[in-house]
Amino acid sequence: MAVQQTKTAGISQKFLANVTQEKGVWKVNAENMPYKELNALLRELDSLGAEQVALSNVYGQRYLGTDLKTKLKIDIYGTPGNDLASFMDGPSIEVHGNAQDCTGNTMNSGQVVIHGRAGDITGYAMRGGKVFIRDDVGYRVGIHMKEYMDNKPIMVVGGTAEDFLGEYMAGGILAVLGLTLKKGEQHRARYVGTGMHAGIIYVRGEIGNLGKEVKKVDVDEKDLVVIKGLVKEYCGYFGKDFDSVMKGKFFKIVPYSHRPYGRVYAY
Amino acid sequence: MKSYLPPEYIVERDEDKCIRCKVCVNQCTYETHSYDAEDDVIRSKDENCVNCQRCVTFCPTHAITIRENPTAYRENANMTSDVIKDIKKQAETGGIILTGMGCDRPLLTYWDRLLVNASQVTNPSIDPLREPMEIRTYLGMKPDALEMEYTNGDIELKTQLTPQLTLEVPIMFSAMSYGAISLNVHESLARAATKAGTYFNTGEGGLDPSLYKYGEHTIVQVASGRFGVHSKYLHAGAAVEIKIGQGAKPGIGGHLPGEKVTAEISRTRMIPLGTDALSPAPQHDIYSIEDLRQLIYALKEATNYEKPISVKIAAVHNAAAIASGIVRAGADIVAIDGVRGSTGAAPKIIRDNVGIPIELALASVDQRLRDEGIRNRASIVAAGGFRSSGDVLKAIALGADAVYIATAALVAIGCTVCQKCYTGKCPWGIATPDPWIGKRVNPDIASERLTNLLRGWSHEIKEMMGGMGVNSIESLRGNRLHLRGVGLTDTELRILGVKMAGD
Repeated sequence: MAVQQTKTAGISQKFLANVTQEKGVWKVNAENMPYKELNALLRELDSLGAEQVALSNVYGQRYLGTDLKTKLKIDIYGTPGNDLASFMDGPSIEVHGNAQDCTGNTMNSGQVVIHGRAGDITGYAMRGGKVFIRDDVGYRVGIHMKEYMDNKPIMVVGGTAEDFLGEYMAGGILAVLGLTLKKGEQHRARYVGTGMHAGIIYVRGEIGNLGKEVKKVDVDEKDLVVIKGLVKEYCGYFGKDFDSVMKGKFFKIVPYSHRPYGRVYAY
Repeated sequence: MKSYLPPEYIVERDEDKCIRCKVCVNQCTYETHSYDAEDDVIRSKDENCVNCQRCVTFCPTHAITIRENPTAYRENANMTSDVIKDIKKQAETGGIILTGMGCDRPLLTYWDRLLVNASQVTNPSIDPLREPMEIRTYLGMKPDALEMEYTNGDIELKTQLTPQLTLEVPIMFSAMSYGAISLNVHESLARAATKAGTYFNTGEGGLDPSLYKYGEHTIVQVASGRFGVHSKYLHAGAAVEIKIGQGAKPGIGGHLPGEKVTAEISRTRMIPLGTDALSPAPQHDIYSIEDLRQLIYALKEATNYEKPISVKIAAVHNAAAIASGIVRAGADIVAIDGVRGSTGAAPKIIRDNVGIPIELALASVDQRLRDEGIRNRASIVAAGGFRSSGDVLKAIALGADAVYIATAALVAIGCTVCQKCYTGKCPWGIATPDPWIGKRVNPDIASERLTNLLRGWSHEIKEMMGGMGVNSIESLRGNRLHLRGVGLTDTELRILGVKMAGD
């Protein structure tokens, strides 16, 4: 009992039943913990200088990974709720399961790796860090991702995406690998890149319905260097075969202009 | 294409008074004036003049007069000069007509139809010069009940209070983004808010790190474009405001054109230099009250429940029902911006035609929240065209906890409401992203002018309260018996919740 106490010193009394520490990993049983408590516990662990946390029995708790000050590594077993890693700045999250909507909302830095699929609005207004999703994503993914100098958001989707992919995109890289598509199947997403005015969307496989502000062009050598780097990282996380992914045909979607609506107004 | 548009103004210069000092030449950012060295004379291009009065104000000999161009089209109550000019402008460009500031149509300003009560004989008036007057205001959620414990004569509050904003004067500076206005104006507002014990709102363009030190008096805004929004920014402010809508342009997004995205502005907004800064019309993660709740709590989590969260909407037809949803979604403050609210740039057609007056929206929102028994769960901030302390006092009597001012604040530091903010060339150094023009606003002087305005208005509010026999603004808040209407229909009186004067 005494050993147990020293190992969890600094943790609030009310959380002690949920927390154990083994070999430097803080294990949290999140069952029956409302998100407010779970996030408060993560803040405590963060401020205690924890380096690795494993959350088990996560059943839809929202906002995990927000307001943490360090580069905490968080493993999530179960299904995290909406707004995973929203406004996140630094931590690294691995989800062993699916994520829900709005993952990486206005995320600043850090990393999210999802061993499954992610829902709608993944990466909304992301301005830095990386998000890797093994399978498909929902609607409105990568909307208003933006970059400034070294802050450059990167999102790699292993599967396919739904409509409004990369809408209003203002920077960063969004890659969609199409690995869940059947042979001969196209990406279904419509209105891709509507209002996009900076950044790049790389797509592996055919995609038809683009917004009127963007064009589809072939990738060049420089693009292939970037794509290879991303695919390699993706394959590393999810145990996929690099060569077979690279066999597919890649192209990129870029905006015609940095000023898509420059001529709409009368001065 | 030859433009058929006549110059809007005519510049007249009294040659006897002009000393050729060239102040007008240097002050005009629209290049209206130029010096002809050969003839030693200053010439003016009327078509460039926007009647901002900068040259008039700074001419040392008062030699310049700006007049409206009298060569007007034939008088017509329907096809007015403005209408004809707008049609011609669109025929020449095919564009949406942009404008700045608030609606200039004579839409009913209900403040002018509301009159305030005063004490006579009974309930004697109070002299604010001799007696204490309490106008401090707390914004944020108030608990349904307070639990207290009495021990040895000491009272201890058991109820856990949620974070509040403390206002020494119930007037805050409304959201104006860095980009729409200059950094010096942001600094002036921040310093004035700090000095006066109130708050300034960053608007949706982020906050320059040099102003983080005024964070205790800053409300940081989060809008659909999420410009400059990151963890440090959220933590820098005293409160976070989610911008859903704005009175000048309800239902549409914002658009800072690429030429205004200078190096400094791209850094603060964290977007590439020279790109359009597009704020989409909706926030793409909010399609319902449930989604709004999700973002409210995302921001509460992101700031560890240390800051009140405000939600700002434009005053529209269903404002009362929407406000009820906002309060139930967990907002601590609901800000409502009326049809006369200003902007740095908006389509004129939207500014002048969309939304409803703040007076009606405020009255209906306050009433709805009272009827539903949730008025204590959020504070109401009213915005949109407040011109004087009289308007502020009436708004508080109608149910506002505090008001936001923006146009009045800009007028205090030089703005003449010429409505050309969207050009980014404001000769007063206010509505410009250009740091060189922005230097015309000296934050030492401008912040003093702003604190003077707030001091003047608070004295006036206290004077009026004293006359009403009220010594605490809490006794005035939502107390519509202190108001009477004149020249209003029964329906208007019913919505405003006030009696007819004489009744």
